[in-house]
Amino acid sequence: MDILLDHILPTLLKIMLIVGPLMLAVAYLTYAERKVIGYIQTRIGPNRVGPWGLLQPIADGLKLLMKEVIFPARSNLYLFLIAPVLAIGPALAAWAVIPFDAELVLADINAGLLYVLAITSMSVYGVVIAGWASNSRYAFLGGLRSAAQVVSYEIAMGFALVGVLVAAGSLNLSEIVLAQQGGILHWYWLPLLPLFVVYFVSGVAETNRAPFDIAEGESEIVAGFHVEYSGMAFAVFFLAEYADMILISILAATLFMGGWLSPFEGIPVLEGLFSWVPGLIWLLAKTALFLFIYLWLRATFPRYRYDQIMRLGWKVFIPVTLVWLVIISIAQVMDIGPWFTETAALAAGGA
Amino acid sequence: MNALIFYSFAAILLFAAVMVITVRNPVKAALFLVLAFFTSAGIWLMLHAEFLAISLVLVYVGAVLVLFLFVVMMLDIDVAPLKEGFARYLPLGILVAALIVVEMITVLNAPAFNIAAPEVVEESNTKQLGRLLYTVYVYPFEIASVILTVAIVAAITLTLREHSRKLQDISKQVAVRREDRVRLVNLRKKQDEGDQAP
Repeated sequence: MDILLDHILPTLLKIMLIVGPLMLAVAYLTYAERKVIGYIQTRIGPNRVGPWGLLQPIADGLKLLMKEVIFPARSNLYLFLIAPVLAIGPALAAWAVIPFDAELVLADINAGLLYVLAITSMSVYGVVIAGWASNSRYAFLGGLRSAAQVVSYEIAMGFALVGVLVAAGSLNLSEIVLAQQGGILHWYWLPLLPLFVVYFVSGVAETNRAPFDIAEGESEIVAGFHVEYSGMAFAVFFLAEYADMILISILAATLFMGGWLSPFEGIPVLEGLFSWVPGLIWLLAKTALFLFIYLWLRATFPRYRYDQIMRLGWKVFIPVTLVWLVIISIAQVMDIGPWFTETAALAAGGA
Repeated sequence: MNALIFYSFAAILLFAAVMVITVRNPVKAALFLVLAFFTSAGIWLMLHAEFLAISLVLVYVGAVLVLFLFVVMMLDIDVAPLKEGFARYLPLGILVAALIVVEMITVLNAPAFNIAAPEVVEESNTKQLGRLLYTVYVYPFEIASVILTVAIVAAITLTLREHSRKLQDISKQVAVRREDRVRLVNLRKKQDEGDQAP
């Protein structure tokens, strides 16, 4: 029973410490989304339930809980029920390797970046299976669209991450953050700017969010893959989508914006002034910035046409990442400063 | 504990593998194949082969089988005609299966596979694999990648039939301006100029 007390229980506790706040964040992300888009469109957004409408997400959750889950006739019942589980499983599992602070990480594994990529690549199954098991043309079309789109953008995303690992010399997420030490100009958003843009846009496409939300495309295929889902089964898809959004944002913050590092590092007075702020706060602030960009994109852009999405993924993003990969590899080998000298030394020291 | 995890993974793997070939619905077969790959990745992870395990999930589960599923879902397979040839193909099937079993036994007994339990090393498995691939095995590795690239190019060229398809030049569509599409005509002026218009 020692193994139960020493390993399993503390790990379960840590998982709850991650998943609990994450679910709360998902709930209030839906609130933030409605508020932000509301103000962008000169509306007020939800303001009736609780002060400033703050209880709105809870009311929505309760409503979805009470609703009946309807199973469409001649659908494949097992797969119909497994699909939401397959959507939310990867969305939560990927959080295991995210470093929240210098020592604050659930599983500090060597191949952390690969693990994230592998786990997020599995989230497409939820959508595809939902589309197929629903026994509905609209849902099926949504599933097919999503499968093609996610597989295409995964390649660009993978290449962007290869750029990060070449620059950092490590697959471990904590080491990648530490390799960015030395102030805001040392973070990878600057030397890897094209990869950063490609990564974030691919992330938006991977999570099926506007303007890449053709899997849902309400003007063409009603609501896409989840058209037959109601009540809690639908809510689980919703949770998965928002958890994936937060995951992509926190990864963008970790890989390109210095993770838990303070943005005032290396600036004489401000560094001291802000040194009391814990790293977690910085990480969350950066994540919130990316989440805001998500909402901003949704309020601003019309939906892409399907063939244009494919063209952007295959003919624009992949060549851009390949070229930039060659450039940073050369920079890494030639020790071109200020970004690639210390990290090269770090990688050599670790080898 | 390790043994318990191994046997449960192994049981799931065997179950999934049997289901792949016995289940009637091809979509379900593909999904059981996903399960089989995922559990074997779990077993590889227990052998400290974390890079291989994760790339198995990344490549096969995350990409290859999604495309499999994509194709299989589009097929509307009627199961009855598929079962017709069962008796006729059975002897051939058994022969092929027996051959594969013999091959597996000889290959797995070869000296190259006679490896003792993996020694736990300080350095990460990923780093070691990368170093070996790009030093000792650099030529086989590069040649394999060139062959794969050629195969990709060949597959894409097969689908390109320039004459029989409609092409949209999206960069042209995106670069289009109002002047290219809209011509403003002053009707009153035109009527004054000439009366040839019908």
